[in-house]
Amino acid sequence: MSELTRWTAAELAEHLDAGDVSSVEATRAHLDRIAEVEPDVHAFLHVAGPAALTRAEEIDRLRAEGRAPSALAGVPVAIKDVLCTLDMPSTAGSKILEGWVPPYDATPVARLRAAGLVPLGKTNMDEFAMGSSTEYSAYGATHNPWDLSRIPGGSGGGSAAAVAAFEAPVALGSDTGGSIRQPAAVTGTVGVKPTYGGVSRYGSIALASSLDQVGPVSRTVLDAALIHDVIGGHDPHDATSLTDEWPSMAAAARRGKAEGSLAGVRVGVVHQLDGSGFQGGVRQRFGEALKRMAEAGAEIVEVQAPHFEYAISAYYLILPAEASSNLAKYDSVRFGLRVDPGRSTTEQVMALSREAGFGPEVKRRVILGTYALSAGYYDAYYGSAQQVRTLVQRDFTAAFEQADVLVSPSAPTTAFPLGEKVDDPLAMYLNDVTTIPANLAGIPGMSLPIGLAPEDGLPVGLQLMAPAREDARLYRVGATVEALLEAEWGAPLLSRAPKLGRPVPPPGFGTEPDGGTR
Amino acid sequence: MATGATDVLMDFDEALERFEPVLGFEVHVELSTATKMFSPAPNPAAPGVDSSVPNSLVAPVDMGLPGALPVVNAEAVRYSISLGLALGCSIAPTSRFARKNYFYPDLGKNYQISQYDEPIAFEGTVEVELEDGTLWTVPIERAHMEEDAGKLTHVGGATGRIQGADHSLVDYNRAGVPLVEIVTKPIFGAEHRAPEIAKAYVATIRDIVRSLGISEARMERGNLRCDANVSLRPRGQERLGTRTETKNVNSLRSVERAVRYEIQRQAAILAAGGTIVQETRHWHEDTGSTSAGRPKSDADDYRYFPEPDLLPVEPSLALIEELRAALPESPAAFRRRLQADYGFTDGEFRDILNAGVLAELEETVSKGAAPAQARKWWLGEILRIANQRGVEPGTLVSPLHVSELIALTENGDLTDRLARQVLELVVAGEGSPEEVVQARGLKVVSDDSALIAAIDEALASQPDVLQKIKDGKVQAAGAVIGAVMKAMRGQADAARVRELVLERAQA
Repeated sequence: MSELTRWTAAELAEHLDAGDVSSVEATRAHLDRIAEVEPDVHAFLHVAGPAALTRAEEIDRLRAEGRAPSALAGVPVAIKDVLCTLDMPSTAGSKILEGWVPPYDATPVARLRAAGLVPLGKTNMDEFAMGSSTEYSAYGATHNPWDLSRIPGGSGGGSAAAVAAFEAPVALGSDTGGSIRQPAAVTGTVGVKPTYGGVSRYGSIALASSLDQVGPVSRTVLDAALIHDVIGGHDPHDATSLTDEWPSMAAAARRGKAEGSLAGVRVGVVHQLDGSGFQGGVRQRFGEALKRMAEAGAEIVEVQAPHFEYAISAYYLILPAEASSNLAKYDSVRFGLRVDPGRSTTEQVMALSREAGFGPEVKRRVILGTYALSAGYYDAYYGSAQQVRTLVQRDFTAAFEQADVLVSPSAPTTAFPLGEKVDDPLAMYLNDVTTIPANLAGIPGMSLPIGLAPEDGLPVGLQLMAPAREDARLYRVGATVEALLEAEWGAPLLSRAPKLGRPVPPPGFGTEPDGGTR
Repeated sequence: MATGATDVLMDFDEALERFEPVLGFEVHVELSTATKMFSPAPNPAAPGVDSSVPNSLVAPVDMGLPGALPVVNAEAVRYSISLGLALGCSIAPTSRFARKNYFYPDLGKNYQISQYDEPIAFEGTVEVELEDGTLWTVPIERAHMEEDAGKLTHVGGATGRIQGADHSLVDYNRAGVPLVEIVTKPIFGAEHRAPEIAKAYVATIRDIVRSLGISEARMERGNLRCDANVSLRPRGQERLGTRTETKNVNSLRSVERAVRYEIQRQAAILAAGGTIVQETRHWHEDTGSTSAGRPKSDADDYRYFPEPDLLPVEPSLALIEELRAALPESPAAFRRRLQADYGFTDGEFRDILNAGVLAELEETVSKGAAPAQARKWWLGEILRIANQRGVEPGTLVSPLHVSELIALTENGDLTDRLARQVLELVVAGEGSPEEVVQARGLKVVSDDSALIAAIDEALASQPDVLQKIKDGKVQAAGAVIGAVMKAMRGQADAARVRELVLERAQA
């Protein structure tokens, strides 16, 4: 593995700026790494080898002319397949969109391109982002780089695994109920779900419109912040996009790292998410992280969020309801898979196409959501769920009166074995218990690594949450916590991940013209 | 497919004797904003936008492509508020879009974004003037914003309908066109005047949206579409009868006929002990009848829920007041003012209203024609052709062309007879009156030398007539004038010819 792929995006950007490495070299190094580990990890659904190298050459040329579009120009990036890309298929992990190439870029992708980042390809995910393990991807599961027999989290397991396996320094994800944060937790990476409306949803294939949010996936808090700065901000194409002027997240991360202290920061432990019932090693590392934060000057307080216990139930009504409507467009009329046995009606073709194109979890949630919205059930299900949502928001408002940031373990367990929960939807749903409240309330959340669980040697994540619009606070506190822990460990957590890879294939693999969808 | 031609109808008067009709209308108005309701694609309902090439006016939102998001057209909101105010409605400080979910290929997303339980305008009234000048108040329930669907073309079947078709084509040009749907409350007490009230109501809505300048309001183009709800209940019964909804009745005349037809059809069924099926019905212009569409029940489950991709619409009080202040005078006030300005009698003015040509007449005058002349043409030749063809006069010829035609007669370029001929050709699509006159050489011959030559020739060939004129028998000139007019193929001013004949005869 080339040393180039060990660098963070910030480090790589410095080297690119200094001119001691080119974007072509960096891009090629990552493509080689992809070729090396993909047979084991399967983080990508599509690798854009030639296009990436062409773009990298272009960036190198611009930089030579003194016209690098941004500080991150030339840094490779992986993109979750839920985001529309002009030059790559965008399937959202579903057979129903196999091979579909959108006529537009999602706004976050367009902004990455404009800043000169180099898209390496599209990453694997649970179909339409429904799942916590990538096992519901129509194209096969991704494997956790820490233990290939385990899940990488989901739905954004592909982006998290790609970053954890050094196939990309940074990636984009989307988080509807934890799809950025939970994969980050179980792969020892950093993931941020921004404030709802902070990053445009335009071009993000919708799961649940009122919950979806695009965000960064990285190996460091600073890298996440750098990406956040590029993709964030108002977009007139998304009516729910906030018009706020945002402070620099990168500046906040740098300040947090430099300060090294949490003096004056009130850290609220959410009683309802404090880990009772969670895996032992998760509780242990969470407790230690709290202790470390207290030692650094944080005031640890316990806060109550009495309605969080209803959050999962509400979430699993709101999400399927919105999803059942959002997924109605997949009817084979204008794009996507069409199953037409001939001599059949439009309705029959629509039904057969959806039957063949959607996987079991998608069907489960479409049926659930259709039911929840049905006349006579609306008030009892969707209506009540929206009321719970309001109560969860109020819980947060009250909690943030006592604390500047709230904390919890990012997930109840470390990465569980592939196959363990795939036939038990309820167990899978419960995995999101910690992350869902932030989506219901629209507030920002971050997961960052806080160590390995002693019993299985797998990463544990800390979730930080801040009030809406206070994303910068997450980066500042997160960067401080990260610096304290790394000082203690002497190296980033990922340096302890097992070696991956097989004998290196012939040079140039991944740069072949057919680096296409697999 | 039932064509309705076999429906048993009860005599209208008898139907009214036994049953009380209750009416209700849903009128869809296509707004003429530059872009669509939720996308930046050009709006085919805007003036001058060519939508003839299928799927040429679409953005990703209109196609329901994955990842595309709707954004509310602020101009459409302003138009809707103006319309709500003109309908005497209250404007909601907060209104919301919802998703109406159903699968249909002309609906890109398989849901329609529409306002459901929180419309932008509610509780209004519209004053409708009937043919004898009485005013009728129609109560308005609500006016809400929504998007139009695309259009399906069924190919391979005999009738152009889906039954028997081999395949269907979808054109999404119309998908996303901004609509305001105006819904009335049930209209009671219309009795014998039900068909007339129906027509007058839709005409009033048309006049209102035209005066606001928010829609082209051409019914034949679907800018304004009326769904007419009709139910009957036996005299003395409190409970409302089952209603039918006759869809897309696309002319004022058809609105009147469709309501009359449904009253007669339903009365016959009820009188025979049958029951009315709650359903949509299609209006057939050719047979003047309705036929069954799809069953419609109040329990249709569209799984409405608030559209999560859009924020609530919250117009500021300042905006509402600004739009209120900018409202044009109501069509009723406008009519009163025009009648006074034009100096028409009540009778004359009513004829204009009944012919449905007031807007056309007003525009013709605004282009420079004298009111009396404009009235003469719209109520005369144009109305005659319109009646002959069973269409609205306004669809035949534009006010601009009528004013041009009037100008040509006023300055003597056309005689009345020639002008009627030119009108026919303009209606036939040969161009503007000027163009027709040029192309066909129909101008009055005002060149005296040409006339004199013809007159001298006529006088020479009729020496007896010449002698009579010379003897002072001026009426004898008629024979010569006739011959000259014939030689000029009618393209001469008869009065001038007469002058010249007398002059030449004395020479």
